[in-house]
Amino acid sequence: MIAKPVISAREAAALIQPGSVVHIGGFLGCGSPDAIIAALCEAHIGELTIVCNDTAIYDPKTGRKTGLAPLILNHLVRKVITSHIGTNAETQKLMSSGEIEVELVPQGTLAERIRAAGFGLGGILTPTGAGTEVEQGKHVFEVNSRKYLLELPLPGDVAIIKAKKGDRAGNLVYAKTARNFNPIMAPACSLVIAEVEELVEIGTIDPDHVHTPSIFVDYLVTA
Amino acid sequence: MPEYIENKEIIAQRIARFFKTGDVVNLGIGLPTLVGNYIPKEVTVILQSENGLIGLGPEPAPGGEDKDLTNAGGRAVTILPGGCFFDSATSFGIIRGGHVDYTVLGVLEVDQEGNLANYKIPGKMVPGMGGAMDLVAGSRHVIAATTHFEKSGASKLKRRCSLPLTAAHEVDYVVTDLGFFVVSGHSFILKEVFAPWTAEWIIAHTEADVELAEDILLWEPA
Repeated sequence: MIAKPVISAREAAALIQPGSVVHIGGFLGCGSPDAIIAALCEAHIGELTIVCNDTAIYDPKTGRKTGLAPLILNHLVRKVITSHIGTNAETQKLMSSGEIEVELVPQGTLAERIRAAGFGLGGILTPTGAGTEVEQGKHVFEVNSRKYLLELPLPGDVAIIKAKKGDRAGNLVYAKTARNFNPIMAPACSLVIAEVEELVEIGTIDPDHVHTPSIFVDYLVTA
Repeated sequence: MPEYIENKEIIAQRIARFFKTGDVVNLGIGLPTLVGNYIPKEVTVILQSENGLIGLGPEPAPGGEDKDLTNAGGRAVTILPGGCFFDSATSFGIIRGGHVDYTVLGVLEVDQEGNLANYKIPGKMVPGMGGAMDLVAGSRHVIAATTHFEKSGASKLKRRCSLPLTAAHEVDYVVTDLGFFVVSGHSFILKEVFAPWTAEWIIAHTEADVELAEDILLWEPA
Protein backbone atom coordinates (compact mmCIF):
# COMPACT_ATOMS: atom_id res chain seq x y z
CA MET A 1 0.00 0.00 0.00
CA ILE A 2 1.14 3.53 -0.76
CA ALA A 3 1.78 5.78 2.22
CA LYS A 4 0.00 9.13 2.18
CA PRO A 5 1.72 12.38 3.15
CA VAL A 6 1.49 13.16 6.84
CA ILE A 7 1.30 16.93 7.13
CA SER A 8 0.73 19.56 9.82
CA ALA A 9 -2.64 21.23 10.33
CA ARG A 10 -1.07 24.45 9.03
CA GLU A 11 0.04 22.69 5.82
CA ALA A 12 -3.45 21.24 5.49
CA ALA A 13 -5.01 24.70 5.71
CA ALA A 14 -2.64 25.91 2.97
CA LEU A 15 -4.09 23.26 0.62
CA ILE A 16 -7.55 24.83 0.87
CA GLN A 17 -8.33 27.73 -1.48
CA PRO A 18 -10.52 30.65 -0.36
CA GLY A 19 -14.03 30.19 -1.77
CA SER A 20 -13.84 26.38 -1.73
CA VAL A 21 -16.76 24.08 -0.96
CA VAL A 22 -15.58 22.29 2.20
CA HIS A 23 -17.30 19.31 3.80
CA ILE A 24 -16.61 19.20 7.54
CA GLY A 25 -17.36 16.13 9.67
CA GLY A 26 -18.81 16.29 13.15
CA PHE A 27 -22.09 16.41 15.06
CA LEU A 28 -22.34 19.39 17.43
CA GLY A 29 -18.56 19.21 17.63
CA CYS A 30 -18.31 15.47 18.32
CA GLY A 31 -16.00 13.98 15.69
CA SER A 32 -14.90 17.35 14.34
CA PRO A 33 -11.41 18.01 12.84
CA ASP A 34 -10.59 20.70 15.41
CA ALA A 35 -6.88 21.15 14.61
CA ILE A 36 -7.49 21.79 10.90
CA ILE A 37 -10.36 24.15 11.76
CA ALA A 38 -8.03 26.10 14.07
CA ALA A 39 -5.39 26.25 11.29
CA LEU A 40 -7.98 27.54 8.78
CA CYS A 41 -8.82 30.32 11.24
CA GLU A 42 -5.16 31.15 11.78
CA ALA A 43 -4.50 31.28 8.00
CA HIS A 44 -7.75 33.23 7.55
CA ILE A 45 -8.97 31.16 4.57
CA GLY A 46 -12.35 32.76 3.86
CA GLU A 47 -15.36 32.96 1.53
CA LEU A 48 -15.95 29.26 2.20
CA THR A 49 -19.09 27.30 1.46
CA ILE A 50 -19.29 24.69 4.17
CA VAL A 51 -21.33 21.48 4.16
CA CYS A 52 -21.86 20.15 7.66
CA ASN A 53 -24.53 18.55 9.83
CA ASP A 54 -24.74 21.63 12.04
CA THR A 55 -22.74 24.78 12.82
CA ALA A 56 -21.77 23.30 16.20
CA ILE A 57 -22.17 25.10 19.50
CA TYR A 58 -21.53 28.73 20.31
CA ASP A 59 -23.06 30.21 23.44
CA PRO A 60 -22.26 33.93 23.77
CA LYS A 61 -23.26 33.86 27.47
CA THR A 62 -20.61 31.33 28.47
CA GLY A 63 -18.26 31.71 25.48
CA ARG A 64 -18.43 27.94 24.98
CA LYS A 65 -17.70 26.91 21.41
CA THR A 66 -17.25 23.52 19.75
CA GLY A 67 -16.33 22.05 16.38
CA LEU A 68 -16.46 24.40 13.42
CA ALA A 69 -17.97 27.31 15.37
CA PRO A 70 -14.66 29.26 15.13
CA LEU A 71 -15.00 29.39 11.31
CA ILE A 72 -18.34 31.18 11.76
CA LEU A 73 -17.02 33.44 14.52
CA ASN A 74 -14.02 34.44 12.37
CA HIS A 75 -16.28 35.39 9.42
CA LEU A 76 -14.70 32.82 7.10
CA VAL A 77 -17.99 31.38 5.84
CA ARG A 78 -20.11 32.80 3.01
CA LYS A 79 -22.61 29.97 2.74
CA VAL A 80 -23.53 26.98 4.87
CA ILE A 81 -25.47 23.92 3.74
CA THR A 82 -26.61 22.21 6.93
CA SER A 83 -29.49 20.65 8.86
CA HIS A 84 -29.27 22.74 12.04
CA ILE A 85 -27.93 26.10 13.20
CA GLY A 86 -29.96 26.41 16.42
CA THR A 87 -27.06 25.82 18.80
CA ASN A 88 -24.81 28.51 17.32
CA ALA A 89 -26.14 31.98 18.07
CA GLU A 90 -23.57 33.59 15.75
CA THR A 91 -24.76 31.67 12.66
CA GLN A 92 -28.30 32.88 13.32
CA LYS A 93 -27.08 36.45 13.78
CA LEU A 94 -25.01 36.43 10.56
CA MET A 95 -27.90 34.83 8.66
CA SER A 96 -30.24 37.63 9.81
CA SER A 97 -27.71 40.32 8.82
CA GLY A 98 -27.26 38.70 5.40
CA GLU A 99 -23.54 37.95 5.83
CA ILE A 100 -24.05 34.19 5.67
CA GLU A 101 -26.42 32.39 3.33
CA VAL A 102 -27.95 29.33 5.00
CA GLU A 103 -29.44 26.41 3.06
CA LEU A 104 -31.30 24.17 5.50
CA VAL A 105 -31.56 20.52 4.51
CA PRO A 106 -33.20 17.68 6.48
CA GLN A 107 -30.45 15.66 8.16
CA GLY A 108 -31.15 12.37 6.40
CA THR A 109 -31.41 14.15 3.05
CA LEU A 110 -28.10 15.91 3.70
CA ALA A 111 -26.46 12.53 4.39
CA GLU A 112 -27.90 11.01 1.21
CA ARG A 113 -26.99 14.02 -0.98
CA ILE A 114 -23.40 13.70 0.24
CA ARG A 115 -23.45 9.93 -0.25
CA ALA A 116 -24.88 10.34 -3.78
CA ALA A 117 -22.04 12.70 -4.70
CA GLY A 118 -19.43 10.19 -3.62
CA PHE A 119 -21.06 7.09 -5.00
CA GLY A 120 -21.90 8.10 -8.54
CA LEU A 121 -25.63 8.67 -8.17
CA GLY A 122 -27.51 11.39 -10.03
CA GLY A 123 -29.54 12.11 -6.91
CA ILE A 124 -31.84 10.29 -4.54
CA LEU A 125 -35.62 10.07 -4.07
CA THR A 126 -36.77 10.65 -0.52
CA PRO A 127 -40.21 11.04 1.08
CA THR A 128 -38.69 13.44 3.63
CA GLY A 129 -39.95 16.98 3.15
CA ALA A 130 -42.90 16.09 0.87
CA GLY A 131 -45.76 18.49 1.57
CA THR A 132 -43.44 20.98 3.33
CA GLU A 133 -41.38 24.04 2.33
CA VAL A 134 -38.54 21.64 1.44
CA GLU A 135 -40.58 20.45 -1.55
CA GLN A 136 -40.54 23.91 -3.19
CA GLY A 137 -38.73 23.99 -6.54
CA LYS A 138 -38.04 20.24 -6.59
CA HIS A 139 -39.12 17.48 -8.93
CA VAL A 140 -41.72 15.29 -7.25
CA PHE A 141 -42.15 11.65 -8.26
CA GLU A 142 -44.86 9.23 -7.23
CA VAL A 143 -43.60 5.72 -6.56
CA ASN A 144 -46.06 3.07 -5.33
CA SER A 145 -48.51 5.89 -4.54
CA ARG A 146 -46.13 7.74 -2.22
CA LYS A 147 -44.61 11.14 -3.00
CA TYR A 148 -40.82 11.41 -3.24
CA LEU A 149 -38.59 14.44 -3.79
CA LEU A 150 -35.59 14.35 -6.11
CA GLU A 151 -32.61 15.56 -4.09
CA LEU A 152 -29.40 16.28 -5.98
CA PRO A 153 -25.82 15.22 -5.15
CA LEU A 154 -23.73 17.55 -3.00
CA PRO A 155 -20.06 17.22 -3.96
CA GLY A 156 -17.24 19.21 -2.36
CA ASP A 157 -13.80 20.50 -3.27
CA VAL A 158 -12.32 19.45 0.06
CA ALA A 159 -13.38 17.21 2.95
CA ILE A 160 -11.83 17.73 6.36
CA ILE A 161 -12.73 14.78 8.51
CA LYS A 162 -11.75 13.32 11.88
CA ALA A 163 -10.93 9.73 12.79
CA LYS A 164 -9.78 8.02 15.97
CA LYS A 165 -7.13 6.03 14.20
CA GLY A 166 -5.56 5.97 10.77
CA ASP A 167 -2.75 4.00 9.19
CA ARG A 168 -0.18 5.63 6.91
CA ALA A 169 -2.06 4.35 3.84
CA GLY A 170 -5.13 6.35 4.95
CA ASN A 171 -7.38 3.57 6.23
CA LEU A 172 -9.54 5.12 8.95
CA VAL A 173 -11.33 3.90 12.06
CA TYR A 174 -13.78 6.17 13.87
CA ALA A 175 -14.79 6.15 17.51
CA LYS A 176 -18.38 5.81 18.72
CA THR A 177 -20.71 8.66 17.71
CA ALA A 178 -17.71 10.66 16.45
CA ARG A 179 -18.25 8.72 13.20
CA ASN A 180 -21.42 10.56 12.04
CA PHE A 181 -20.87 12.35 8.68
CA ASN A 182 -17.11 11.69 8.41
CA PRO A 183 -17.20 8.42 6.41
CA ILE A 184 -19.69 9.66 3.79
CA MET A 185 -17.86 12.94 3.19
CA ALA A 186 -14.58 11.27 2.20
CA PRO A 187 -15.83 9.81 -1.13
CA ALA A 188 -17.77 13.02 -1.96
CA CYS A 189 -14.83 15.44 -2.21
CA SER A 190 -11.89 15.88 -4.60
CA LEU A 191 -9.35 16.46 -1.84
CA VAL A 192 -9.65 14.63 1.48
CA ILE A 193 -7.66 15.52 4.58
CA ALA A 194 -8.12 13.25 7.59
CA GLU A 195 -7.18 14.38 11.07
CA VAL A 196 -6.35 11.34 13.20
CA GLU A 197 -5.75 11.01 16.93
CA GLU A 198 -3.52 8.00 16.45
CA LEU A 199 -1.33 7.28 13.41
CA VAL A 200 -0.26 3.64 13.01
CA GLU A 201 1.87 1.68 10.56
CA ILE A 202 0.38 0.04 7.45
CA GLY A 203 -0.86 -3.45 8.25
CA THR A 204 -1.68 -2.88 11.90
CA ILE A 205 -5.40 -2.19 11.41
CA ASP A 206 -7.42 -5.36 10.80
CA PRO A 207 -8.83 -4.94 7.25
CA ASP A 208 -12.19 -6.10 8.62
CA HIS A 209 -12.26 -3.13 10.98
CA VAL A 210 -11.61 -0.33 8.47
CA HIS A 211 -14.49 2.18 8.26
CA THR A 212 -13.09 4.37 5.45
CA PRO A 213 -10.94 2.67 2.78
CA SER A 214 -7.53 4.30 2.24
CA ILE A 215 -8.20 5.19 -1.43
CA PHE A 216 -10.56 8.00 -0.33
CA VAL A 217 -7.90 9.77 1.76
CA ASP A 218 -5.20 12.10 0.32
CA TYR A 219 -3.47 13.57 3.38
CA LEU A 220 -3.18 12.73 7.07
CA VAL A 221 -2.85 15.19 9.94
CA THR A 222 -2.06 14.01 13.45
CA ALA A 223 -3.68 15.85 16.33
CA MET B 1 -62.47 21.67 37.00
CA PRO B 2 -59.23 22.61 38.72
CA GLU B 3 -57.10 25.41 37.29
CA TYR B 4 -54.91 24.15 34.39
CA ILE B 5 -51.22 23.85 35.26
CA GLU B 6 -49.05 22.26 32.56
CA ASN B 7 -47.85 18.77 33.48
CA LYS B 8 -45.11 17.33 31.28
CA GLU B 9 -44.51 14.35 33.57
CA ILE B 10 -48.03 13.01 32.91
CA ILE B 11 -47.40 13.17 29.18
CA ALA B 12 -44.11 11.28 29.51
CA GLN B 13 -45.70 8.71 31.85
CA ARG B 14 -48.51 7.92 29.40
CA ILE B 15 -46.29 7.73 26.31
CA ALA B 16 -43.98 5.28 28.09
CA ARG B 17 -46.93 2.83 28.19
CA PHE B 18 -47.09 2.63 24.37
CA PHE B 19 -44.03 0.45 24.03
CA LYS B 20 -43.46 -3.30 24.13
CA THR B 21 -40.21 -5.19 24.49
CA GLY B 22 -38.10 -4.99 21.32
CA ASP B 23 -39.55 -1.74 20.01
CA VAL B 24 -36.99 0.64 18.49
CA VAL B 25 -37.75 4.13 19.79
CA ASN B 26 -36.34 7.58 19.06
CA LEU B 27 -37.00 10.22 21.71
CA GLY B 28 -36.64 13.86 20.64
CA ILE B 29 -34.95 16.61 22.61
CA GLY B 30 -36.84 18.19 25.54
CA LEU B 31 -40.18 16.79 26.73
CA PRO B 32 -39.83 13.51 24.75
CA THR B 33 -36.58 12.74 26.59
CA LEU B 34 -38.58 12.53 29.85
CA VAL B 35 -40.38 9.45 28.46
CA GLY B 36 -37.25 7.40 29.11
CA ASN B 37 -37.73 7.89 32.85
CA TYR B 38 -41.10 6.09 32.85
CA ILE B 39 -40.58 2.99 30.70
CA PRO B 40 -41.76 0.05 32.86
CA LYS B 41 -38.98 -2.23 34.18
CA GLU B 42 -40.48 -5.30 32.49
CA VAL B 43 -40.34 -3.61 29.06
CA THR B 44 -37.01 -3.40 27.20
CA VAL B 45 -37.04 -0.89 24.37
CA ILE B 46 -34.08 -0.16 22.10
CA LEU B 47 -33.40 3.57 22.02
CA GLN B 48 -32.03 5.00 18.77
CA SER B 49 -30.19 8.30 18.61
CA GLU B 50 -29.99 9.81 15.12
CA ASN B 51 -26.37 10.91 15.50
CA GLY B 52 -25.48 7.25 15.13
CA LEU B 53 -26.28 4.65 17.76
CA ILE B 54 -28.79 2.14 19.02
CA GLY B 55 -28.75 1.00 22.61
CA LEU B 56 -28.63 4.48 24.10
CA GLY B 57 -27.91 4.26 27.84
CA PRO B 58 -28.25 6.74 30.70
CA GLU B 59 -26.07 9.78 31.28
CA PRO B 60 -22.64 8.84 32.61
CA ALA B 61 -21.68 9.46 36.23
CA PRO B 62 -19.86 12.79 36.67
CA GLY B 63 -16.31 12.35 35.40
CA GLY B 64 -17.33 9.41 33.19
CA GLU B 65 -18.04 11.52 30.10
CA ASP B 66 -16.50 10.37 26.80
CA LYS B 67 -15.96 13.14 24.20
CA ASP B 68 -16.68 10.61 21.44
CA LEU B 69 -20.04 9.47 22.86
CA THR B 70 -22.91 11.94 22.77
CA ASN B 71 -26.61 11.99 21.95
CA ALA B 72 -28.33 14.04 19.23
CA GLY B 73 -28.47 16.98 21.63
CA GLY B 74 -24.69 16.89 22.05
CA ARG B 75 -24.89 15.66 25.68
CA ALA B 76 -22.61 12.95 27.04
CA VAL B 77 -24.37 9.58 27.16
CA THR B 78 -23.51 5.88 27.49
CA ILE B 79 -24.22 2.83 25.36
CA LEU B 80 -25.76 -0.37 26.73
CA PRO B 81 -24.19 -3.80 26.20
CA GLY B 82 -25.18 -5.02 22.73
CA GLY B 83 -25.58 -1.50 21.37
CA CYS B 84 -23.72 -0.31 18.30
CA PHE B 85 -22.61 2.75 16.34
CA PHE B 86 -23.06 3.69 12.68
CA ASP B 87 -22.64 6.64 10.32
CA SER B 88 -25.31 9.25 9.58
CA ALA B 89 -26.41 7.67 6.27
CA THR B 90 -27.06 4.36 8.03
CA SER B 91 -28.76 6.15 10.91
CA PHE B 92 -31.23 7.84 8.58
CA GLY B 93 -31.60 4.66 6.56
CA ILE B 94 -32.82 3.10 9.80
CA ILE B 95 -35.20 6.03 10.27
CA ARG B 96 -36.57 6.43 6.72
CA GLY B 97 -36.57 2.69 6.13
CA GLY B 98 -39.29 2.16 8.73
CA HIS B 99 -37.01 0.40 11.22
CA VAL B 100 -37.87 2.83 14.03
CA ASP B 101 -41.18 1.74 15.58
CA TYR B 102 -41.94 4.94 17.44
CA THR B 103 -40.65 8.47 17.24
CA VAL B 104 -41.70 10.89 19.96
CA LEU B 105 -41.42 14.59 19.11
CA GLY B 106 -42.31 17.94 20.57
CA VAL B 107 -44.93 20.22 19.01
CA LEU B 108 -45.48 23.85 18.10
CA GLU B 109 -48.77 22.95 16.37
CA VAL B 110 -50.42 19.67 15.41
CA ASP B 111 -53.61 19.43 13.40
CA GLN B 112 -56.47 17.00 12.89
CA GLU B 113 -55.12 15.98 9.45
CA GLY B 114 -51.97 14.66 11.12
CA ASN B 115 -49.79 17.58 10.08
CA LEU B 116 -47.01 18.58 12.46
CA ALA B 117 -45.24 21.92 12.80
CA ASN B 118 -42.36 21.85 15.25
CA TYR B 119 -39.24 23.35 13.68
CA LYS B 120 -39.75 26.94 12.59
CA ILE B 121 -41.49 30.19 13.45
CA PRO B 122 -40.79 32.45 10.45
CA GLY B 123 -38.93 35.61 11.46
CA LYS B 124 -38.56 34.42 15.05
CA MET B 125 -37.05 30.99 15.38
CA VAL B 126 -35.23 29.36 12.43
CA PRO B 127 -32.90 26.74 13.93
CA GLY B 128 -33.25 24.21 11.10
CA MET B 129 -35.13 20.94 11.01
CA GLY B 130 -32.22 18.71 12.02
CA GLY B 131 -33.48 15.12 11.82
CA ALA B 132 -37.13 15.89 12.61
CA MET B 133 -38.46 15.77 9.04
CA ASP B 134 -36.90 12.35 8.40
CA LEU B 135 -38.08 10.99 11.75
CA VAL B 136 -41.68 12.05 11.17
CA ALA B 137 -41.75 10.91 7.53
CA GLY B 138 -39.99 7.60 8.15
CA SER B 139 -40.91 6.16 11.55
CA ARG B 140 -43.65 3.55 11.70
CA HIS B 141 -45.58 5.43 14.40
CA VAL B 142 -45.33 9.13 15.20
CA ILE B 143 -46.30 10.31 18.67
CA ALA B 144 -46.64 14.06 19.17
CA ALA B 145 -45.93 14.94 22.81
CA THR B 146 -47.21 18.30 23.95
CA THR B 147 -48.80 20.31 26.68
CA HIS B 148 -52.39 20.92 25.61
CA PHE B 149 -52.02 24.71 25.64
CA GLU B 150 -49.45 27.31 24.65
CA LYS B 151 -48.21 29.71 27.31
CA SER B 152 -50.78 32.18 25.91
CA GLY B 153 -53.54 29.67 26.66
CA ALA B 154 -54.25 28.81 23.00
CA SER B 155 -54.89 25.18 22.13
CA LYS B 156 -51.95 23.47 20.38
CA LEU B 157 -54.32 21.01 18.70
CA LYS B 158 -55.44 22.91 15.60
CA ARG B 159 -57.90 22.39 12.77
CA ARG B 160 -55.07 23.35 10.42
CA CYS B 161 -51.46 24.20 11.25
CA SER B 162 -50.51 27.79 10.39
CA LEU B 163 -46.74 27.35 10.87
CA PRO B 164 -44.45 25.68 8.28
CA LEU B 165 -44.90 21.91 8.43
CA THR B 166 -42.30 19.41 9.56
CA ALA B 167 -44.28 16.72 7.73
CA ALA B 168 -47.73 16.32 6.19
CA HIS B 169 -50.24 13.68 7.35
CA GLU B 170 -47.74 11.63 9.35
CA VAL B 171 -48.80 12.03 13.02
CA ASP B 172 -50.59 8.97 14.44
CA TYR B 173 -51.02 9.84 18.12
CA VAL B 174 -51.07 12.96 20.24
CA VAL B 175 -50.57 12.81 24.00
CA THR B 176 -51.18 15.99 25.97
CA ASP B 177 -51.47 16.61 29.69
CA LEU B 178 -55.27 16.27 29.34
CA GLY B 179 -55.65 13.16 27.24
CA PHE B 180 -54.54 10.73 24.55
CA PHE B 181 -55.81 11.28 20.99
CA VAL B 182 -55.67 9.25 17.78
CA VAL B 183 -55.47 11.25 14.55
CA SER B 184 -58.24 10.08 12.21
CA GLY B 185 -57.33 12.40 9.31
CA HIS B 186 -60.33 14.67 9.82
CA SER B 187 -60.53 14.93 13.63
CA PHE B 188 -58.79 14.02 16.87
CA ILE B 189 -60.39 10.96 18.45
CA LEU B 190 -60.19 11.20 22.23
CA LYS B 191 -59.24 7.71 23.46
CA GLU B 192 -58.29 8.49 27.05
CA VAL B 193 -59.13 11.30 29.41
CA PHE B 194 -56.58 11.92 32.14
CA ALA B 195 -58.10 12.46 35.60
CA PRO B 196 -59.22 14.95 36.85
CA TRP B 197 -60.27 16.31 33.43
CA THR B 198 -63.50 15.45 31.59
CA ALA B 199 -64.18 14.88 27.89
CA GLU B 200 -66.63 17.79 27.83
CA TRP B 201 -64.03 20.19 29.28
CA ILE B 202 -61.37 19.00 26.82
CA ILE B 203 -63.70 19.44 23.82
CA ALA B 204 -64.69 22.92 24.99
CA HIS B 205 -61.04 23.97 25.34
CA THR B 206 -59.63 22.49 22.10
CA GLU B 207 -59.60 24.43 18.84
CA ALA B 208 -59.61 21.29 16.69
CA ASP B 209 -62.55 18.98 16.14
CA VAL B 210 -62.54 16.25 18.80
CA GLU B 211 -64.64 13.09 18.60
CA LEU B 212 -65.07 10.62 21.45
CA ALA B 213 -63.82 7.08 20.94
CA GLU B 214 -66.46 4.41 21.48
CA ASP B 215 -64.17 2.72 24.00
CA ILE B 216 -63.05 5.94 25.68
CA LEU B 217 -61.25 5.39 29.00
CA LEU B 218 -60.47 7.44 32.06
CA TRP B 219 -56.81 7.14 33.03
CA GLU B 220 -55.75 7.94 36.57
CA PRO B 221 -52.02 8.60 36.50
CA ALA B 222 -50.02 7.08 39.34
